Amino acid sequence: MRRPLAISALALAAMLTALPARAERLIVSVSNHRVTVTPNYSGEELVLFGSVEKDANTPPNRAYDLVITVFGPRADMVTRRKERKFGIWVNTDSRQFLQVPSYLAIFSNRPIDAIASPEVQRRQQLGINNVVLTQRVGTDYADVVPNDPFRSAFVRLRAQHGLYRESSSAVTFLTPTLFRTGIPLPAEVPIGTYTVEIKLFADGQLVTRTDTAFEIVKVGFEQFVATTSRQNGFAYGLATVAMALMTGWMASIVFRKD
Amino acid sequence: MQLFLPIADIPVNVFLILAMGAAVGFVSGMFGIGGGFLMTPLLIFLPIADIPVNVFLILAMGAAVGFVSGMFGIGGGFLMTPLLIFVGISPAVAVASVSSHIAASSMSGAISYWRRRSIDPALAIVLLTGGSIGTALGVFTFTWLRSLGQLDLLIALSYVILLTTVGGLMFWEGLRAMLRARGGKPVPMRRSGSHGWIHGLPMKMRFKRSKIYLSVIPVVVIGLFIGFLGAIMGIGGGFILVPLMIYLLRVPTSTVIGTSMVLTLVTMLFATMLHAMTNHLVDAVLALILMVGGVTGAQFGARAGQKIRGEHLRVLLGLLVLAVGIRFAFELGIRPAELFTIRETGGAT
Repeated sequence: MRRPLAISALALAAMLTALPARAERLIVSVSNHRVTVTPNYSGEELVLFGSVEKDANTPPNRAYDLVITVFGPRADMVTRRKERKFGIWVNTDSRQFLQVPSYLAIFSNRPIDAIASPEVQRRQQLGINNVVLTQRVGTDYADVVPNDPFRSAFVRLRAQHGLYRESSSAVTFLTPTLFRTGIPLPAEVPIGTYTVEIKLFADGQLVTRTDTAFEIVKVGFEQFVATTSRQNGFAYGLATVAMALMTGWMASIVFRKD
Repeated sequence: MQLFLPIADIPVNVFLILAMGAAVGFVSGMFGIGGGFLMTPLLIFLPIADIPVNVFLILAMGAAVGFVSGMFGIGGGFLMTPLLIFVGISPAVAVASVSSHIAASSMSGAISYWRRRSIDPALAIVLLTGGSIGTALGVFTFTWLRSLGQLDLLIALSYVILLTTVGGLMFWEGLRAMLRARGGKPVPMRRSGSHGWIHGLPMKMRFKRSKIYLSVIPVVVIGLFIGFLGAIMGIGGGFILVPLMIYLLRVPTSTVIGTSMVLTLVTMLFATMLHAMTNHLVDAVLALILMVGGVTGAQFGARAGQKIRGEHLRVLLGLLVLAVGIRFAFELGIRPAELFTIRETGGAT
């Protein structure tokens, strides 16, 4: 009985703090809601535009901060660590990450530490260190401290492929209320639905937030092959086998000596 | 083994650049061209391997391996799979895709041996019963180890053990034969009868075209062993099968290569099917490029092979096999640059 009570108390508190925040409204749009990736795609950048709408209740000359988080489609992943055993390097330990974003980008207009207190950062999941990456730890599901070796290796490897990124200067205010940011999508970008969370801060507190989304689809022959192999393994296998037999047979005709 | 290129300003793998140089050099020598067009990339995206590759590099690799395989009368899988791994294709995809490449090259081989009537159909069928079971077992082991995260280790370890042993033996045999030939003495045939127990086994059967009378048990066991290895390692197994058939089963040389090619062809077709159905790892685009390069290279290789003497050929092949094995051993022993790896286990929403 205590838990629902606590939650409703929290919700009430949130509503109370959110009430004055009605003063601002965020209006955003991405340059393209459906990105098609062709085989020779080598990465591109999506642009997110937005503005902070004020009304009569808004305190004048308020300085705003923005934190924009882009989540790619979620997937389960395993991180493995190699160790030296009997003189050779073997995969020993592993950790399972459950439903973590395959793409994660966090952009802000200035360092997140300057925008909000550590407590707010944790609660609002600001920055890669604060985004929850659920792991299976024994029978438990939890996120661990940011400097856990598996978590940091996971983030580092994703970052090497451009799939996890954090930039504290990517959001620019064109006017005090008009802002833009670029969302880089590297060549290896996973397909699926991406959600974008835009959070507006003033004086270290969350003022308002809004969400938007875009979709990445792959088109072309390569994607057709990849989809077929996954969904129709038998037909794909038969086609590959037929291709092998044909190539071999053709070669024996073309290069026939007698 | 990383090396930092000072002007290009990137770290590269020395072996990869060496292999690329060798492959391009081979092709440029073959056609009498500079080969520069190979070095400037034409990238295509491999759908299953999920990386972009240079078409000409893969073609050249296929041709180079095809040349070697034509020269020695082997499938060449034991060279192709490592080369693909060295250019950055994951071992699992390399093994699965190479099986269809080997099927193509053994198909063209098997057709020409069939025309010369040097295939023993009865022997091939008995070998195949073992081979199919072995392949199925191999693919299931492959799937199981992949879920444990130990597949890459198993592939590397089996390469080290198999290649260093077989390569070392082959090299030693060839070297001894060479020295004996130089000494002027004739090379004795190894038909000592020391394997009499194999011929004492029950369930004997007459293989007409090979003119041998033999128990089916060792034949099925050998087929099973080769099928299993082939599915796990992405090799046809010809370089083990042929010596086994000659020395253990005493199959005459007139039918041994043709018959072993039939086994390779069918087990690799079967492996391709199973890999495509269970693991979804066969990259058809990669396989097609390899096949085209491979069957072309094999024709030139076969011609070159006829000009080299048998024992020289064995020494060369032994050295080659040994080198690949040592390369894998080296890789296992040094500390990897990156200790962590990530793999998606599905559940994408």
